[in-house]
Amino acid sequence: MAALIQKLTPKKRWRMTLRTRRAMWGYIFIIPAMIYIIVWVILPLIFAFGLSFTNYDTATADFVGLNNYLEILRQPDTLDVIKNTLRFGLELIALNMAISLFLAILVDQKLRGITFFRTVYYLPVLTSLVVAGIVWSALYDYRTGPINSILNFFGIASQQWLHDSSLALTSVVFVRVWKGVGFNMMVFLAGLQAIPTELYEAASIDGARAWEKFRYITFPMLMPTTFYIFVMASISAFQVFGEIFVMTKGGPAGATKTLIFLIWEQAFQYSNLGYASALAFILLLLVGAIAIFNLVYVNRFVNYDR
Amino acid sequence: MKNQLSSRFLSVQARKIAIYVLLIVVAIQLGLPFFYMVSTAFKSREEIFSGDMVWFPSSLHLDNFITAFNSAPFGRYILNTIFVAVVITLTTLFLCAMAGYAFGRISFPGREVLFVMLILAMSLPGEVTLIPRFLIAKNFPLAGGNDIFGRGGIGLIDSYGGLILPNLMRIYGVFLLRQFFRTLPNELEDAARIDGASEFGIFWRVMMPLSKTALITLGIFTFTAQWDEFIWPLVILNDSNKFVVQLGLSVFYSEHQVDWGPLMAASTIISLPAIFIFIFGQKYIVKGIATTGLKG
Repeated sequence: MAALIQKLTPKKRWRMTLRTRRAMWGYIFIIPAMIYIIVWVILPLIFAFGLSFTNYDTATADFVGLNNYLEILRQPDTLDVIKNTLRFGLELIALNMAISLFLAILVDQKLRGITFFRTVYYLPVLTSLVVAGIVWSALYDYRTGPINSILNFFGIASQQWLHDSSLALTSVVFVRVWKGVGFNMMVFLAGLQAIPTELYEAASIDGARAWEKFRYITFPMLMPTTFYIFVMASISAFQVFGEIFVMTKGGPAGATKTLIFLIWEQAFQYSNLGYASALAFILLLLVGAIAIFNLVYVNRFVNYDR
Repeated sequence: MKNQLSSRFLSVQARKIAIYVLLIVVAIQLGLPFFYMVSTAFKSREEIFSGDMVWFPSSLHLDNFITAFNSAPFGRYILNTIFVAVVITLTTLFLCAMAGYAFGRISFPGREVLFVMLILAMSLPGEVTLIPRFLIAKNFPLAGGNDIFGRGGIGLIDSYGGLILPNLMRIYGVFLLRQFFRTLPNELEDAARIDGASEFGIFWRVMMPLSKTALITLGIFTFTAQWDEFIWPLVILNDSNKFVVQLGLSVFYSEHQVDWGPLMAASTIISLPAIFIFIFGQKYIVKGIATTGLKG
C-alpha cells in the first residue's frame, strides 16, 4: 500500500501542480481587467446607488431616504422627460429597423458596383455624433439650410425644425436614423446572407411569389437578427445625449430633453448629484427592463433553427 | 416563343434598372448631409448666405479652413485625441487579450462566476455611473494634488490621466477576444508547453500572433470609439489645452453658432481619420460587425 502511494504520488503531484500553476496564471491574466471593472464599474454602481438616497450637492450629503425618487415622480417636468425619452426611442427604433431592413434587402443583390453603394450607405456611421449634430443643424437652418430650400422647390413652406417644439424631437430622431441605419443594414445583411439559398430555390419550385418568400422564409429566418437589433437599438435609444447637447440643449421649451440630458444637467449644471443619481437608476431600470424582456422572450419569439 | 423570351429578358433588364435607380436615390438621400458638409466647407461666405441654395462651390475656397484653424486650436485638439486614443487602444488590446485568453483557454475556480460578472458589467450603460465615476476621478488618490485619501486637490480632472484611466479598456473587448481564443486549437499550446514555454510565453508568443485579425478589429473599434468620445471629456475637462476633438468642435460650434463655413470645414477635417481607417480597415470592420454586431 505504502509502495503504491509512493508510486502514484509523484505523478499525481506533478499533474496537480501543472493545473494549479495554470489556474494561478489564469488569475494573474484577469487581475488587471478585474481591477478596472471593480474601480470603474462596480464601485461606481454601488456609489451611485448610495448617492441616490442622499441630497449630495458637493457641500452637504444627508441621507434623505426615498425623497429623490418621490421627487422624480412628483415633478411633471421629469415625467415629460421620460415621455420624451420613450417617444424618441419608439420613433427611432421603428424608423431605424424598417429602413435598415429595406436597405439590407436592397444591397443584398448580385449587381455590379453593389459594394460602392454599401460603402456610401455606411458612410454616415463614420461621422461622430457631434459632427452629425452640427451638420444637421446646418441642414435644418431656416434661411440657409438645404432642407427648407428642397421643400420650397416642391412648394412647401419652410419649417423651423429644431426651433419648433412640435418638430424638434423628430428632427433629432432623423439624425440618429441617418447615422444608424448603415450599421444595422450591415447586421441585417449578414443575417440575410446566412439564410441557405436552398430554401428560396425550393420555394421557387413550389411557385412561391416574392412576397411569400419574404413572409415565410426571410422574415422568420431573420428573426434572431431582428431581435438582436431591436434590443441593441432600444438600449442605445435611451443613451441619446451628444446630438441633443449639440443641436438643441434640450430645447425649445424642454421638447427634446431626454433622460441622459437631464442627468447631465442636474449633476453638472445644478450640482444636484444625489437627485441625478436617482435619475440614473431610473435609467438603469428602463434598460434593465429591456434586458429582462430579452432574456424572457428571446426563446419564445425567436427562431434559432439554423 | 422568341417574343416571350425577349420580353422576359426585357423585364429582367427593367428590374435591374429599377433597382439601380432606387440605389442611386437612396445614395443621394443618405449622402446629402455628407456632401453638404464638404461642399459648404469649400464655399465662400456669399455662397453660403446668399439665400439661394448653392450646391457646388464656384471654386475651392480654403478660407473656411483657415478661419477654423485660426479661431480654435484644432491642431492641438487633434494631437491630444491621437495621444489619448493611441494609449487607450494599446492598453485595451493588451488587457483585453490577457483577460480574454484566461477566460477562453485557462480553467480556474470561479471562472464562470467572474465571466457572468463581466457580462453584466459590459451591459451596464456607462451613463448610469457617470456621476460616481466623475467623483472617483476627482477624488483619485495622489493625483492632481490629492492626498492618499483623495482629498485636497482636483484629482484627475483636467488631466490626460482623467481621460485615459476610466477608459483603460473596453469590457466588450474581453468578450470578443474570449470568443476568438476559444476557436484556436489546443495542439499549438501543447506543443509550446512541451518545448518548455512558460504560460506567459504561450500567450505572448503563440496566441497573440495568431489573433492578429481579431486584435486589429478590436483596435479599430477602440480607436474610432475614442475619437468620437464626447460625454466623458465634457464632464472631466475645463482646460481647453486638454480638449479632444469632439469637445473642441462642440465648444467651437457654441461660439460660432451659424458660421457654417468654418464649422463645416472643421467637421470635415475631424471626420477624415474615421474615413481613412474605414477605407484601410474595411475588411476587419465588416468582419467585426458580421461576427459580433460590435458597435464602435
